[in-house]
Amino acid sequence: MLNKYEVVIGLEVHVELKTKSKIFCGCSTVFGAKPNTQCCPICMGFPGTLPVLNETVVDYAVKAGLATHCDITRIGRQDRKNYFYPDLPKAYQISQYDLPLCKEGFVDISVQGKDKRIGITRIHIEEDAGKLMHDLNEGTLIDYNRCGVPLVEIVSEPDMRNADEAIAYLKKLRSILLYTEISDCKLNEGSFRCDVNLSVRKKGEPEFGTRTEMKNLNSFAFIKNAIEHETKRQIRAVESGEVIIQETRRWDAIKGESYSMRTKEDAHDYRYFPDPDLATIVISDAKMDQIQSELPILPDERKRTYMEKYKLAADAAEQLTAQKQLSDYFEIGVNHVETPSTLANLMMTDSFKNSYGDDEAIIFKIKPEALSELVMCIEKGTLNPSLAKRAMGYLVEEQGAVKDILKKYDLEVLKDVERLTAEAEIILKEKPMIIKDFLGGKEKAMGAFMGQMMKRTEGKADPEQTEKVFKVLVEKFK
Amino acid sequence: MSTLTKLTLAEANVLLNQKQISSEELTNAYIAKIKESDNEINAYLHFAFETAGETARTVDQLRASGEKLGTLAGIPMAIKDNMSTLEMPTTCGSKMLENYHAPFDATVVKQLKSSRAVVLGKLNMDEFAMGSTTEHSYFKKTKNPVNLDRVPGGSSGGSAAAVASDEALYTLGSDTGGSIRQPASFCGVVGMKPTYGSISRYGLIAFASSLDQIGPFTKTVEDMALVLPHLMKKDPMDSTSLTSPEFSLDQIRKRDIKGIRVALPVDFMEEGIDEEVKAAILKSAKTLEAMGAVVETVSLKSLKHALPAYYIISSAEASSNLARFDGIKYGYRHPEFDSLDTLYSRSRRYGFGDEVKRRILLGTYALSSGYYDAYYKKALKVKTLIMNEFEMLFQHYDVVLAPVAPTTAYGFDDCSEDALKMYLGDIYTVPVNIAGLPAISINCGFDKDGMPIGMQLIGKHFDEGMLLRVGHAYELEAKERGQLYVK
Repeated sequence: MLNKYEVVIGLEVHVELKTKSKIFCGCSTVFGAKPNTQCCPICMGFPGTLPVLNETVVDYAVKAGLATHCDITRIGRQDRKNYFYPDLPKAYQISQYDLPLCKEGFVDISVQGKDKRIGITRIHIEEDAGKLMHDLNEGTLIDYNRCGVPLVEIVSEPDMRNADEAIAYLKKLRSILLYTEISDCKLNEGSFRCDVNLSVRKKGEPEFGTRTEMKNLNSFAFIKNAIEHETKRQIRAVESGEVIIQETRRWDAIKGESYSMRTKEDAHDYRYFPDPDLATIVISDAKMDQIQSELPILPDERKRTYMEKYKLAADAAEQLTAQKQLSDYFEIGVNHVETPSTLANLMMTDSFKNSYGDDEAIIFKIKPEALSELVMCIEKGTLNPSLAKRAMGYLVEEQGAVKDILKKYDLEVLKDVERLTAEAEIILKEKPMIIKDFLGGKEKAMGAFMGQMMKRTEGKADPEQTEKVFKVLVEKFK
Repeated sequence: MSTLTKLTLAEANVLLNQKQISSEELTNAYIAKIKESDNEINAYLHFAFETAGETARTVDQLRASGEKLGTLAGIPMAIKDNMSTLEMPTTCGSKMLENYHAPFDATVVKQLKSSRAVVLGKLNMDEFAMGSTTEHSYFKKTKNPVNLDRVPGGSSGGSAAAVASDEALYTLGSDTGGSIRQPASFCGVVGMKPTYGSISRYGLIAFASSLDQIGPFTKTVEDMALVLPHLMKKDPMDSTSLTSPEFSLDQIRKRDIKGIRVALPVDFMEEGIDEEVKAAILKSAKTLEAMGAVVETVSLKSLKHALPAYYIISSAEASSNLARFDGIKYGYRHPEFDSLDTLYSRSRRYGFGDEVKRRILLGTYALSSGYYDAYYKKALKVKTLIMNEFEMLFQHYDVVLAPVAPTTAYGFDDCSEDALKMYLGDIYTVPVNIAGLPAISINCGFDKDGMPIGMQLIGKHFDEGMLLRVGHAYELEAKERGQLYVK
């Protein structure tokens, strides 16, 4: 039944910009302050106050636009979006209506090896609203700290056809924005928020179905669940002959289902009009050049470089470039090593991933120079990957110099023939079957011997030397 | 003592500098005058006599110690009650803001404080500056000092009446569609709406942001020239504020207007205008000609579109600007509500007066989806048309001469039943706001009942200097000719 249908998904992403001050006043934007300690008459919309645009907001939005291949509106304006709600102190939100700062861009994604281009309809700047807190004793309280925190709203084309594509798009978009360093993009703190517009249609139908909009999705897992749930809900509805109504739905992550917030009939007429308190936004050629020059090399280009110059596999290149910090780390380390793939492989081990904490707040406990030292040891043959992993563990715990750690824990590939022979003699004495099997023509016997040797040497034995020693000893038994 | 309140700003400055009078004496004279006459005039909403006295004494001490003081130092004045003040309430003449105390001073208030102006109090106005009579104040009706049975005009009726009744040496008002010029005309004082953007709007409670402009009321044009430079300053807190060029006081005081080109648009003298007003304007034109100016009749065809465009633009902006008065954060909240919707609707229903609600409804309608293009967008086109037409005129002329209002001050309740009749009274003032131009209202005679008639001089953007030059020369000439009323 699902196969008869096609899902059409468009995403609206709200991203809080990490400017020091708010969009129209000097208040701080730092997250997590005590309620109503970061607001002033301007962001609280007191009568007589006027907004003055923080120009960094425009710079950041243009940066986002250039990073997603958008056209930039060089002469723009801001509009008022009028509606009443207690978290909106002026009863209008200063946003952009028909002249968004950026339009007609794209983001390239890759899902299971298949490349796809997702269109960006527009990116505009606007101010965030405050936060309502419902307290059983006090009633509803309002925190105005978030009022006037600058946002960009990034609207995609309805180009995605399943949850995986939607997640890939969001992750890629987030990655690009993190590269440009205009936002923290923290889903759990609300600095990267996503609304899902979704409709279904029978495959081959030219027209889109009626869409619903889902809000309150603050993790990738919720977004995936919500999309899959809403897809099934709509298909079930269509199959049973119901008409899908255009509505806004709120995702309840605990129950794992969405419910209707308002239908099109209750939709606001926002009465947009140009805000007469604000001057025209003019972006000069010099400004464009400056922003362009500040743009870092973005993940797509880095991925190509990693594959072509460093000969990394597509998957490894993708993983390493997904986060700027990770990619920057790789680029520092790669200058010291001869085999970039060895470095890449170490960086993709769980030992390394565990060393920098969670993806949203990377803090490297192993310096890139230290990791390169381990790679160089592998290249020289004094370390192997499993010893390197152990070394990483000690580096995280003790923060010492690499050579001290290696020495302290005796982390070195064991090549000493005398020691290996002594160990081998013990093994063969305990397990004489190995020799019999080997002489009887069982190739596996060598593997068993190797396993025993690794066990005895805590993985340090050099396989090549071990094999030689074994063969020498075996000769004696012939 | 009472003669002190008759002094002009120019005269008071001379006497203060010569130490013939003190600021404290001057201030006390004004306070005495207010106590004597404001029970009848009702110009004031709030008084600040104590701080006024303190400021005056401080200025006297500074003057005694030889400090160089500016023109406004120690001069008693008052402010329209839509400009935010820390020390006094800011009500906008509305029940909605009856108990509102702004948490900051408007930029103009800060400027006045740094000029050491003596602020006597705050002045009555039509609620949220909407109206032409000051009858729409929630608190009281201000009377025209020339004739107590007449309205003082509006919305800055308190500001005009205070100057006309010697209850302040000068005052500040605000002008969105004529709210300074028309009451100045009705009360027989000088009122100026400077170029849009020349005086900061920060702290002025907005009516229509693209049209609102603060300006002074004074007793003479010369006084106007003395007050303006202290206020016309670019403000980083107001994105629409601009740097004004300085004008030359010497040039203004020369009384030389030979060769100045004056345009007299016939469209301002057609149907609806009182014959007496028309005659006074024509007489002024003759006076200007006699002084060496070149007066020519011209046409300003877009005038007929100005009024509807004004009421759409101003109401649209007002509907958005006044949406913040929702009973949540400050201002009136109706005591009984059972939902967010009823909290909003009852607070706004009972907090706003009829005229304000009329404009909000009109503006909301004009911005609604499906009507936007037909009303708001079209009004913006008319705005461009009017701006272009003025620009064409100013390629050939230095000033435009026009009446301020089609009538002189009328009686109370004459317009209260018919909003449209009141709106029609704005016809000659609104084009100036739409085009963002400076204009000054100067008394140019009286009707048979003795009510003042105002003439309007309209200038190029930032050419306040020219308006003051022509206005000052005219005022002195007319006085000498006995054409003006001497109180």
